[in-house]
Amino acid sequence: MIFLLLGSLVLLFILAPLAGMFLNTTPAQVFETAREAEVRDSIWLTLYTSLAGTLVFSVAAIPLAYLLARKKFPLKKLVTGIIDLPVVIPHSAAGIALLGFVSRESALGKMGSAVGLNFVGHPAGIAIAMAFVSIPYLINAARDGFAGVPVRLEKAALTLGASSFRVFFTISLPLAWRNILSGLILMFARGMSEFGAVIVVAYHPMITPVLIYERFGAFGLKYARPVSVLFILISLALFVLLRWLAKEKNGEMVNG
Amino acid sequence: MRLELRNISKRFVDFSLKNVSFSVEQGEYFILLGESGSGKSMVLETIAGLVVPDSGTILFDGRDITSEKIQKRKIGLVFQDHAVFPHLTVGENIAFSLHGTAIGKEAKHARVKNIANELGIGELLTRKPGSLSGGELQRVALGRTLIQQPGILLLDEPLSSLDTRLKNDLRRLLRAFHRKGQTILHVTHDYEEALSLGTRIAVIDNGTIVQTGTPSEVFNRPKSEFVAHFIGVKNFFAAKLVTKNQATFAYTCNNTAVRIVTDVPDGEGFILIRGEDIILSRIPVETSATNNFQGRVVEIVPNTGGMYVTIEAGIELHALITRESCEKLGLEPGKTCYVHFKATAVKFINK
Repeated sequence: MIFLLLGSLVLLFILAPLAGMFLNTTPAQVFETAREAEVRDSIWLTLYTSLAGTLVFSVAAIPLAYLLARKKFPLKKLVTGIIDLPVVIPHSAAGIALLGFVSRESALGKMGSAVGLNFVGHPAGIAIAMAFVSIPYLINAARDGFAGVPVRLEKAALTLGASSFRVFFTISLPLAWRNILSGLILMFARGMSEFGAVIVVAYHPMITPVLIYERFGAFGLKYARPVSVLFILISLALFVLLRWLAKEKNGEMVNG
Repeated sequence: MRLELRNISKRFVDFSLKNVSFSVEQGEYFILLGESGSGKSMVLETIAGLVVPDSGTILFDGRDITSEKIQKRKIGLVFQDHAVFPHLTVGENIAFSLHGTAIGKEAKHARVKNIANELGIGELLTRKPGSLSGGELQRVALGRTLIQQPGILLLDEPLSSLDTRLKNDLRRLLRAFHRKGQTILHVTHDYEEALSLGTRIAVIDNGTIVQTGTPSEVFNRPKSEFVAHFIGVKNFFAAKLVTKNQATFAYTCNNTAVRIVTDVPDGEGFILIRGEDIILSRIPVETSATNNFQGRVVEIVPNTGGMYVTIEAGIELHALITRESCEKLGLEPGKTCYVHFKATAVKFINK
């Protein structure tokens, strides 16, 4: 009974501020805000930078997760710890670190400059900052997924003449796909909501979390609310849709 | 396609294979018999290339394949509990190894269909493994491996998860493939399976091969205490099952007729009688047992369970009786005695 009470309190703690914000905002205000070009641009920017960061970094993150799930190697514990690092360090500090890493003076920055790309204040820089703080979610989910694939199945595929490459793509990846997909969704969601690291690397162009902060700083609470509500609604709708699509696909895989 | 293992050794954390040597001749049905944890699955994985031995040589078809790539060995391995890919259909599972080969789509499909029909799963090609029974899954695993036309088929406990009826069906299937010329190396812990299928048997214990020979050699002359104990049956004879006037008799090689109750159809096989099921008497007595023989005591050997009395009664029978009974009957080598056992105590294993 006491557990139920405590549990309800936690739920209330999460829901009350959000509900308060929604109740203080009229649908008319939200519609009004949604028509502003500045708001629409920022939402679009947030979505595509996070998506791009997730997809680009997944190319390396998924194979790394496979190695972590399957291979034993020296300092594996250390590697696992390093992967979790972005989750535990303050994100503004992460942003500062990244800024040094991608600025014009850095090696990466110079490479970027050579092709006319300046990461600072550029969507590419935003995507990197988002990916930095959210990549652990993908790696950990994918690692769990690969660990859940029976080694026996991979061995069977090898004895059936498949190369290691083919085993990965036809056996390991499809069987771990459920976890990987949920990792991708998580990484995407975490990237979208990132503020601290992004604001250091790129105040402009403005992603929505930065826009919310700016409106709050410049005009106050009342002006920051409608865009917050709008962004939350869009995020929620998107994740419900993604989850649903993921479930559809997996359901088909198991039963079909 | 002869397979030979020479002094294969491999250390694992808590287990090792020690100087494993044996050879499987072309067309043989070779059984590797051992308890779980004896290293028999490890031997198969070593032959397939999934495990690299620390020392020793594996020869296949005259070539040294010890460090050959797994994909190039032409060795088929069917895993214990089948390892059918759950996300692919039965057809896709069976066709898995045909990927990247020069065979056309039509021909590929025909081969899948062919092997599936042979295995009795032709109707299941579009189904997903999740909806199949254990016996069907084992057939899918077999088909998936056999379609590669492996030089040798390695089977890891293929029947252990099946019930008796399915076991018999699958045994029949395996025999049929063997008869068609498929060389098979089959790993099991079940001596009945070994007798029923094997043309030659190797017994493995704790990572070492302790005896190799024909079923009769291994079962009648176990070389070590372990083999004798593991097999556990002292009375073992090659026999032919014949049913006459609704009574079934098993004829041993010297034509001793043993009355038997079984639902196995007539044919060649082995009979087994547990030493505990044999009753001895000094005078001919009337009992409900249908098998009654007169014989002579050859030998009496003390055993942990009592006394093993060996009697020559046309066939050499070993009875396990208590020390007390042995003294009461006054049994001694050379003395005449009578042997009784019920027809239901005789077990027949068909070939």
